[in-house]
Amino acid sequence: MRSTRYIYTFVLIMTVVVALVLSSMNTVLKPIHMKNEAIFNKKAILAAVQSQLGDNVKADDLPDDEVLTIFDQNITQYVVDYEGNPVSKEAVIARGYRGGMAEHIDMKKEKKRPVEERFFPVFVYEKNGQKVYIISIRGNGLWDEIWGNIAIKDDFSTVLGASFDHQAETAGLGAEIKDNPEFSKQFEGKSIYDQEGKFTSIVVRKGGAKNPRYEVDAISGATVTCVGVTQMLYDGISNYLPYFESLQ
Amino acid sequence: MAETTIKKEAVFAFGKKERKLLTDPLNDNNPITVQVLGICSALAVTTLMKPSIIMAIAVVFVTAFSNLFTSLLRKSIPKEVRMIVQLVIIATLVTVVELTLKAVDYPIYKQLSVFIGLIITNCIVMGRLEAFAMANTPWKSFLDGVGNGMGYGIILIIVSFFRELLGKGSVLGYKLIGSSSEALINTQEVAFMSWYQNNNLMVLPASAMFLIAIMIWVHRSYNQKLIDVS
Repeated sequence: MRSTRYIYTFVLIMTVVVALVLSSMNTVLKPIHMKNEAIFNKKAILAAVQSQLGDNVKADDLPDDEVLTIFDQNITQYVVDYEGNPVSKEAVIARGYRGGMAEHIDMKKEKKRPVEERFFPVFVYEKNGQKVYIISIRGNGLWDEIWGNIAIKDDFSTVLGASFDHQAETAGLGAEIKDNPEFSKQFEGKSIYDQEGKFTSIVVRKGGAKNPRYEVDAISGATVTCVGVTQMLYDGISNYLPYFESLQ
Repeated sequence: MAETTIKKEAVFAFGKKERKLLTDPLNDNNPITVQVLGICSALAVTTLMKPSIIMAIAVVFVTAFSNLFTSLLRKSIPKEVRMIVQLVIIATLVTVVELTLKAVDYPIYKQLSVFIGLIITNCIVMGRLEAFAMANTPWKSFLDGVGNGMGYGIILIIVSFFRELLGKGSVLGYKLIGSSSEALINTQEVAFMSWYQNNNLMVLPASAMFLIAIMIWVHRSYNQKLIDVS
């Protein structure tokens, strides 16, 4: 039996030591964490235009320097609002995103705002005079949030690629939206409008795509995640339609 | 004089007893198949092999060092708050693993983040602290931690091997058997046994339960020591 004083002192010293160790470790590693995170996010954006990067190039396997070079040379970033009007850098900074570029926007925070107030990042990938518009979307899967980037050709209808990620979908089932390259590959060449020109977005169809123009196959065993992807695509892409119209 | 030299030799000794500390949890006293601890995470992370291997390494690190630190402090830890102290040690080490992984391999960190945090609740870690580290020397506790972490990890890797192979037809992400998943259009390279249909049950947590049960059965039938005489 120890005295109460001993117990308090022991716990206090232990807490201080642990706090010091962890906080100093965090401070030292923070720049590396932030760099890793930025590169990770940029790779996800490039994954959407993977088909444009060259034959057999995988965005995931690109070295870090090259990711930054592509971002410097081929990508222009814009931020637009719900009506499709450009948002100034100052306004983005004023919202708390230091840096003020589209890449600094935290979609998780934006998703919590009413849709009319949200900022939407746009990444324009330009190569050989052809422009590809990459938009960011976010929605809900089975367990937690899912998100993705969709690359749309400058006819504002044809999808050139897509990449998805998730917070906590089941590995081997819902997580396949990210882990299985075949899933996102299906989006290449799909259209977000049907034959009559009505906006359909892209539908992830359980049991196999019926209309090859705007439907893709679902992942078997991951119904809820796939419904979430469909919903996310519909909501996410329609938020950008005013912007696309202003460009046409 | 003589006493100190004997003690020094004994600190890092690696004799029969110490070897037993390492090998015992792999076989006779396996945390999963014999003590039936840590089942929760064994069900959750074993759908694919790569996360399982990383998880195994992380658990070995956490069990080994939490055992070491607890054993070093065992004489000064007040009994009344020992559980909390142990928990703080485990949580600190888990955070260290998390921060390191985030700096070294960010994509894997993203994939595992929830499960790495859950090592804190892994019964094996706390169980070894209470049962072993509080009563043994640091070196022995360290070995016991490594042994138990490996005993857990090896089961994790075996289970994930079967789940990934039968559930997705691949090993460590490389397609081995069956054609690619029926739900996807572009059938890629066809590997061995193209008639094989991926078994979706293997992807679900329930299959890990079956696999672990089968392993316990196999383990018991060849290891005579484990047969319950009572």
